[in-house]
Amino acid sequence: MSSLPRAHELGLIGCHVCGLVCRDVPDLHDATCPRCGAALHRRKLGSFARTWALLIAAFFFYIPANVLPIMRTVSLGDVDDNTILSGVLELWVKGSPDLAIIVFTASIVVPMLKFLAMSLLLISAHRRTAWAQRQRAKLYRLVEFIGYWSMLDVFVVALLTALVQFGILSLVEPLPGVVFFGLTVVLTMLASMSFDPRLIWDSKETHD
Amino acid sequence: MTDQPKPPQGHSDLPEPVVRQRRRFSASAIWLVPVLAALVGLSLVINAWVQAGPTISVSFQTASGLEAGKTPVKYKNVVIGKVTSIRLSKDRSHVITRISLEKNAESFATKDTRFWVVRPRIGLGGVSGIDTLLSGAFIGADVGESKDAEDEFTGLETPPAITHGAPGKSFALHSDDLGSLDIGSPVYFRRIQVGRVASYELDRDGKGVSVQIFIDSPNDGFVTKSSRFWNASGVDVQLGANGLKLNTQSLATVLAGGVAFQDPAGPHDATPAAEDAQFQLFNDQATAMAPPDGEPRYIRMRFDHSLRGLAIDAPVEFQGINIGRVVSINLDYDEKAQRFPLVVGAVVYPQRLGRVHDKLVAIAQARGEDADLAQMMGKLVEHGLRAQARSGNLLTGQLYIALDFIPNAPKVDFDINARPMQIPTAPGSFDKLQEQLGVIVDKVQKIPFDSIGKHLDQTLADLDGTLKQVNGKVLPEFHNTLKGAQQTLGTANNALSSDSPLQQNLGATMQELQRAARSLRVLTDYLGGHPEALIRGRKADPAPPKPTPVDTPTPPPSGPSQPKGSKP
Ligand SMILES: [Zn+2]
Repeated sequence: MSSLPRAHELGLIGCHVCGLVCRDVPDLHDATCPRCGAALHRRKLGSFARTWALLIAAFFFYIPANVLPIMRTVSLGDVDDNTILSGVLELWVKGSPDLAIIVFTASIVVPMLKFLAMSLLLISAHRRTAWAQRQRAKLYRLVEFIGYWSMLDVFVVALLTALVQFGILSLVEPLPGVVFFGLTVVLTMLASMSFDPRLIWDSKETHD
Repeated sequence: MTDQPKPPQGHSDLPEPVVRQRRRFSASAIWLVPVLAALVGLSLVINAWVQAGPTISVSFQTASGLEAGKTPVKYKNVVIGKVTSIRLSKDRSHVITRISLEKNAESFATKDTRFWVVRPRIGLGGVSGIDTLLSGAFIGADVGESKDAEDEFTGLETPPAITHGAPGKSFALHSDDLGSLDIGSPVYFRRIQVGRVASYELDRDGKGVSVQIFIDSPNDGFVTKSSRFWNASGVDVQLGANGLKLNTQSLATVLAGGVAFQDPAGPHDATPAAEDAQFQLFNDQATAMAPPDGEPRYIRMRFDHSLRGLAIDAPVEFQGINIGRVVSINLDYDEKAQRFPLVVGAVVYPQRLGRVHDKLVAIAQARGEDADLAQMMGKLVEHGLRAQARSGNLLTGQLYIALDFIPNAPKVDFDINARPMQIPTAPGSFDKLQEQLGVIVDKVQKIPFDSIGKHLDQTLADLDGTLKQVNGKVLPEFHNTLKGAQQTLGTANNALSSDSPLQQNLGATMQELQRAARSLRVLTDYLGGHPEALIRGRKADPAPPKPTPVDTPTPPPSGPSQPKGSKP
């Protein structure tokens, strides 16, 4: 694996936007793609900083997303505010454990795993270790893939809010928690997007 | 990642990147995002911290309807806090709810704040808290004036009838018993609800109850120093000389009880009563509106006959005016007369006689006598005042005591100094009836049934002799006569049998007779209409309308004749 040549070793650079391969130049800071005009860089610019910043921001929003109630259901005047966890608990207690597991996985497990996975990728890439490179690449693809599936809660709240509007009989309103949850999901997606998976392969071993 | 780009090997046709000066964003600008996120999070924390008010604990008998994390605390229907947890007290006798108040409701954590659970309640003049049927129970709060902080409260089991600072006045009513009153029972003035019962308690000595009522402003001004309060509970049905009378303040009072008040008629002190003034709570409107009773006097009456139908509390009337009531009925034994007289004790209120009492007092004083009731009563007894047990209601046979002047009443001794006062009695109307019945019985007894019976006996003996004669002599003769008659009838029978020639001849004769009769009638009818025909002779055929009256009567006689003729 370490014997595989990399683009800049061959004096090549690819455009991130249109994919055009052009010649590597020394002052790459001001170079742009001759075809589409996008800035050229060998690796995504400030990938570490961006990913870290977005990930940390996502984590900051994840706390109120879990503490604040995300949804208010009013049925026959009985007002019920639910946070994510209390909703899961209620589903479990009221006899739909399958739904409870789905919601728990989508709202608690997946975001947590994303935080862990992204942190792992960032730290390992930063250390330029050659440890489990293929697995890390797979993990990254997984994180990218499940990114847009984590909006489950937001979709549920949005759908119910739109559908259940029967005045005093039954009413669902979104509460601030769902905004923070949505922000968390968006920020983790942005974080995973700003991470350059090529960094996984930029290990010390390959360089040596 | 080396900066030395190696020369392209065999890629000479690759395009060169365009190098131009551009403005660049610093990569570190991205750190603004987590800083912003942290700021938002921090603001939430600060907000929550600023919004958080004091936490208090309120104990209730039961947690029914309460739910941790949900049940709100409301003041004037504005949410001021929330129940955060509910737990049993250590001795399990009650529940303790933790309530976190909002920041702006800090003033509710003071000593005289009251908390109660608002649930739907039915009764006490209506249905309350109906909205909680849908929204679930909530905890109501009412804040007082105290500034002393307090964080442990005992919740009320019923909503307070008066919220703090409500405009109005409270008054105290005294009564023998509570009746059907309850906290929240309405208070009526002219059948409009103006207040409610706030609380009640037994008097210290246990001889009555004190009821605290609250009248809302501005109607509290109608409570004057001379206002009379009465218990408006239940239905007051009166069967009187004016027919059936149903009297009730409202349907609610029938269920939940109530108090009504009004000023007495006539001149009275109309200055509004002061806060917490004391009033007597009468049992009914009539008692309440009666003139002031004044000092009660005890009188005693001795009746020599049965008083079946006289009950305790039966009215004592003077000339038809209720002046008191019977308080005791006791049997006594008179050794001399070997009789069992009844001693009736009664309380009378001379002041109920109003002007009469005043006049009597004035007269007595003018004469320089003692204005004592006994003194005056002595005078009245001299003029024939007697107590009588009269029947008040023919249906139920209830008796009442009437003090009335009896004409030709025998003189009695009246002891002025006797205590209690002894009022002489006279037999009641019922006893008079008995007397009259006695007279009738006496008269009936005077009828000489014996001699009547003897005479009757003699007459019957004579009748017996006559009948014997009839049986022996008259009846056989009569028998022979009947036999003779029977024979004659038999002969006649044979002669009249249907196929005998006599019968046939008779039929023909009858027909002839009828024809003759018809002709005769036509003639007489004609002559009735034309008497001149006797002289001038019959006219030619009469005018067309004429025959109708002539002919009409003709068919009936011919009608019956035809069936008769056709028969044989
Ligand atoms: Zn390009």
